[in-house]
Parts: sequence; C-alpha cells; structure tokens
Amino acid sequence: MIDVLQGTIAAQGLLIAFVVVGAIMFAAYFVSKHLTMGRIHGSAIAIVIGLVLAWVGGTMTGGTKGVVDLPLFAGIGIMGGAMLRDFAIVATAFDVDVAEARKAGMVGAVSIVIGIALPFVVGAAVAWSFGYSDAVSLTTIGAGAVTYIVGPVTGAALGASSDVMALSIGTGVLKAVLVMVATPMIARHIGLDNPRSAMVFGGMMGTTSGVTAGLAATDPKLVPYGALTSTFYTGVGCLVGPSVLYLAVRALMGG
Amino acid sequence: MVIYGVAILALCTVVGAALGDLLGLAIGVKANVGGVGIAMLLLVAIRWWMVKAGGLSPGFKFGVEFWSLMYIPIVVAMAAQQNVVAAVKGGPVVLVAGVVAVALSFACVPLLAGRRKPDEAGQ
Repeated sequence: MIDVLQGTIAAQGLLIAFVVVGAIMFAAYFVSKHLTMGRIHGSAIAIVIGLVLAWVGGTMTGGTKGVVDLPLFAGIGIMGGAMLRDFAIVATAFDVDVAEARKAGMVGAVSIVIGIALPFVVGAAVAWSFGYSDAVSLTTIGAGAVTYIVGPVTGAALGASSDVMALSIGTGVLKAVLVMVATPMIARHIGLDNPRSAMVFGGMMGTTSGVTAGLAATDPKLVPYGALTSTFYTGVGCLVGPSVLYLAVRALMGG
Repeated sequence: MVIYGVAILALCTVVGAALGDLLGLAIGVKANVGGVGIAMLLLVAIRWWMVKAGGLSPGFKFGVEFWSLMYIPIVVAMAAQQNVVAAVKGGPVVLVAGVVAVALSFACVPLLAGRRKPDEAGQ
C-alpha cells in the first residue's frame, strides 16, 4: 500500500505543491489578520514560512534544495522553479498602465534608478565587509537588497550558489517586511501624504508587496501611485541586475 | 479566449528569455541578461497595442491576470526550495544589509519628492 501511495505522490507532484502552498497561504493570512492585526502582510508571512520550511527540509535531508529534497514536496520544485517563476513575474507587468506611467514623470523614473542603485550598493558593500569577494555573490546579495525577486533572478542568471541565493532572498524578504511594518510609522516624517511622494516612495522602496501593504496601512488612496512605480522597479532591477550592475561589480573587483 | 492570454504571456516570456540569452552572448556574459525585464516590456507593449486596437477581451485578461495573481504563491514555493540552512550561517549579512538599505531608502524619499509645495498642493 505504501508503494502505491508513493507512486501517487510521485505522479501528482505539482498538484500536491498547489495544496501545500495553498495551506501555507491560508495559515499566513490567518496569522496576518488575527495575530498582527493586518500590520504584516500575509504574503510576507507566507514567504517567511516558506523559508522556515526550506530550513527544516535542509536540516532533515542534508540536501541543498530545501523542502524539495523530501519526496512528498518534490512538486514545489516545479511550482517555484525558474520557468513558472519567470512566467508569473512577467504577468505582473500586465497591470502597468502606459498613460498613467507617463504621468509619473521624471521624478518617478529618477527614484527608480536611485532606489535600485542605493540598496544594491549597500547590499554588495555589506556582503563584501562580511568576506564575500567574488563578483557573482556580491551582485546577487546586492540585488537581493533591491527586492527578493531581483535577487534570485539575478543570481540564477549569473549562476550564484544556492546559499548566496538564500542570503539574497532573505535580505529582500527582510526589506519587504521592514517596509510593510515601518511605513505607517514613518510616513509623516518623510512627507508621504500625497500622490507625488507616493510615486517616489514606490520607486525608492520598490518591493511591491512592501510598498502596497505599507501604503495601505498609511493611506489606501496612495496605494495605486506607489504600486505604479514599484511595478517598474522589479522589471528594471531584473534588467540591470545581471547586466549593468554585474559588469560594474566585476570591473571593480577585477574579475 | 483564456488560452490567448496564456499563450501571449508565454510567448513574451519565451521571447524575452531568448533575447536575454542572446544579449548575454553579445556582451560576453555567461548569463541571461534581463530576459524577464524584456519580456515585461514586450507584454506592456502588446497590451497597449491591444487596448488601442480594441481587442483586449475579458478572457484574454483573465489568462494573464491569473498568473499575475499566482506570483506570490510561486515565490513562496521558490522560497521553500532555497538553501536556507547555508544562509542561516550568514545571518548578520541579511540583517545588516536589509536594515541599512531600508533606512537609507526611506531617508531619500523626502529628498527626491520634497515637501509638498503650495503650487503643487492642488494636484
């Protein structure tokens, strides 16, 4: 009977992954609503649960692919693998309205450029100060400080090691969580009370889940303005991470 | 038709990936250079063109937006397969990089946006 069920599990991998991730999302949104009173967005909690499960899986099996090394969760590898991940990220660009984007104007574009460069430099500099010296690792961790999407996309493109990828994602997730939690508290002090500053904020912080959740907790009217620039942020980050930024780091590190 | 949306989305992603690979080859980086970003720009352009031509059906939108809504769960699945055990050893990197990056970015918002000036108050 065990053999038969193992066959079922092997044949239904991706569907089991949908069930497992659905359960994680349910638990995360429950915790978000009832334990944090909505202050930390459910998606951020879900990602943290995912990282914790990856830690559990890695500890149990001694493997490098987190929960995927357990046969029951092999389908997670398909669901969160490069193909579907890129497919879903590209889909998020669909909601960008070109006419609205034009209104964001120069300051929105400038904020995206600075908003990507600044955390990238901070991330790469911190990684360097902790002893990482190869251009691929520095770029990947720097890109993780941009967003938790730009980090792994950049790392995957450059062939970064999985532990550096995890650091990169961890940095991006921490950034998203910090933006969600700190935005309502700090909004008044940075003049975040009008569409223009919301657009700059979206371009500066970039993490769409962090920006939209943070703005929703500050003033729901500001959400679309922040989302507008932040939806460009990840795309631009994915474009420049493995290219311009990597080449700059490689030039600096001499190889 | 839903499949049209899924098909166009897939086409953009595949074309973007191919162009990213070729761009990497062209500049001598053994990597996909901006494939996802290129695919996003393609999708935005196609959507803009379809809206202009009046051909953006609800089915088409649903075919794309379903995957857009699956983005967070897919990222959760991606998180669950990372080598976190190895990353935990480098914990301070994550903490320092994350906190400093966010603090500096917050500080830049008023520098770029400025305080609301009287002539902009009506916007």
